[in-house]
Amino acid sequence: MQEQEIIYQTSPEVLAKLEAATAAATAAQESADLAQFMTNNMWIFISAALVFIMHLGFASLEAGFVRKKNVVNILFKNCMIIAIGLLTYCLFGFDLMYPGEFNGWLSLGAFTSPGLEPTAEGMTAAYADYTYYSDFIFQAMFAATGATIVSGAVAERIKLPSFLVFATIFVAIAYPITGAWKWGAGWLDQKGFYDFAGSTVVHSVGGWAALAGILLLGPRAGKYTTKGIRPIMGHSMPLAAVGVFLLWFGWFGFNGGSVLSADPGGVSLVFATTSIAAAAGAVGAFMTSLIMFKNYDLPMVLNGILGGLVGITAGADVMSVTDSVVVGFIAGVIIPISVTAFDKAKLDDPVGATSVHLICGIWGTIAVALFGDCPDGYGAFGIQMIGILAIGAFTFIFSFILFYIIKVTMGLRVSEEEEEKGLDIMEHELNAYS
Amino acid sequence: MKKVEAIIRKSKFDDVTEALEGIGINFFTFLEVSGHGKQKGNEITYRGSHYDSGHIPRLKLEIIVPEEKLDQVISTISINAKTGRIGDGKIIVTPVDAFIRVRTGEKDDDAL
Repeated sequence: MQEQEIIYQTSPEVLAKLEAATAAATAAQESADLAQFMTNNMWIFISAALVFIMHLGFASLEAGFVRKKNVVNILFKNCMIIAIGLLTYCLFGFDLMYPGEFNGWLSLGAFTSPGLEPTAEGMTAAYADYTYYSDFIFQAMFAATGATIVSGAVAERIKLPSFLVFATIFVAIAYPITGAWKWGAGWLDQKGFYDFAGSTVVHSVGGWAALAGILLLGPRAGKYTTKGIRPIMGHSMPLAAVGVFLLWFGWFGFNGGSVLSADPGGVSLVFATTSIAAAAGAVGAFMTSLIMFKNYDLPMVLNGILGGLVGITAGADVMSVTDSVVVGFIAGVIIPISVTAFDKAKLDDPVGATSVHLICGIWGTIAVALFGDCPDGYGAFGIQMIGILAIGAFTFIFSFILFYIIKVTMGLRVSEEEEEKGLDIMEHELNAYS
Repeated sequence: MKKVEAIIRKSKFDDVTEALEGIGINFFTFLEVSGHGKQKGNEITYRGSHYDSGHIPRLKLEIIVPEEKLDQVISTISINAKTGRIGDGKIIVTPVDAFIRVRTGEKDDDAL
């Protein structure tokens, strides 16, 4: 008997069912992907809102640490910085900082095509775990926080127009250029420099600019006398304290959002390391000021909390919670030492911005090399130092030259009479408290 | 009529006021003042720098009294403002040329 080839054919009904099942599975996968994209994206724009809250924090803190007669002035500066920061970032900052393909040092393409240009895929997961606009607004808030660090250090004696000119050029140009070196996938990133959320890129950058400003501005009148330091007390400790707590609150977004997704493991670790470092910073500052000044010093503890937060910012995602205790504690210890050192050098900083953002920013970046468990090729001590020095040198020199030009053209400092009467009345014709 | 200026501790204000009301003085002006004197002002330590604020907070009462009540007012204030520690305050008496109620134009004793 001949063997008959038996041909099996799937019946059309089964084929139809197979197709339907595949389509359903694909649809389910797409649905799941979309849900994940939505969750990640939502976390990013919530983080943008939290970083925005840091501006409330800065405004309160700075207002609390200046004298009553200068409160309107500092609030005005804070309002304008967030405005100028966001506007310049959308004009060129964002493109300058994230140029895509570039030589690793500087991309001038941003200036030839100002404004935001999202592509169609910018609203989908093809772009990132978040949309183009979430990316923009999150990063824009960071830029503004970098600029506002300067306003506290130069408070009570800088001319308002001069400050606005400086801040605009600084946030539009200097901040994005150095930012691109690391976060824009520039040369520092290629060499393995690690800065998770900006101890160097944001905080030390603001700190270097602040230092340049203080050097060219000089101290407030009457602070450094022949008989020693005459403290100029802030007018409102409650405002300062609330400001610090708001900053801590905002840091959940500043660090938490820098994970750049809603990854449960990543974000939850960062939440833990960030808050623990803040706590350790408070304790470090408390103990050190008790030893140094025999005093329970509130402004120091407030600065210590911020120092801890800045210190953990470079490595919050690559350190253990135990590491963050050490990093935060050391930052807290640094604060009183640094503040008194700057005072001894007659560098007057009403809010401690140079100690909190510059010194602790440097510390946080070094701490990554000491404690961080970075991805391969990242975070070695050598490259961390190169990053600190390169970004430091560029920012300091840029800021110094810019402040100097402003000084010899517009003038940097208010007159003696203005400083004595207060900037509120002289520059704003308004009292903060009527 | 005499003007009695009494510089007293803030914590003694309630005692002095009640005692004055007890002798019929229930109408005066008072202001917060700072004093400078032998005792140290509040010691301030701000961001690591020590500083004597030179600021000794006190209250100054300004009371217009008819001459017949003067001695009584002085002793009432003295007794009630005293703690025995340095810094209890001072009482200064000056003559008053005129004392007028704005609403009615009444003068001197009628204005009390």
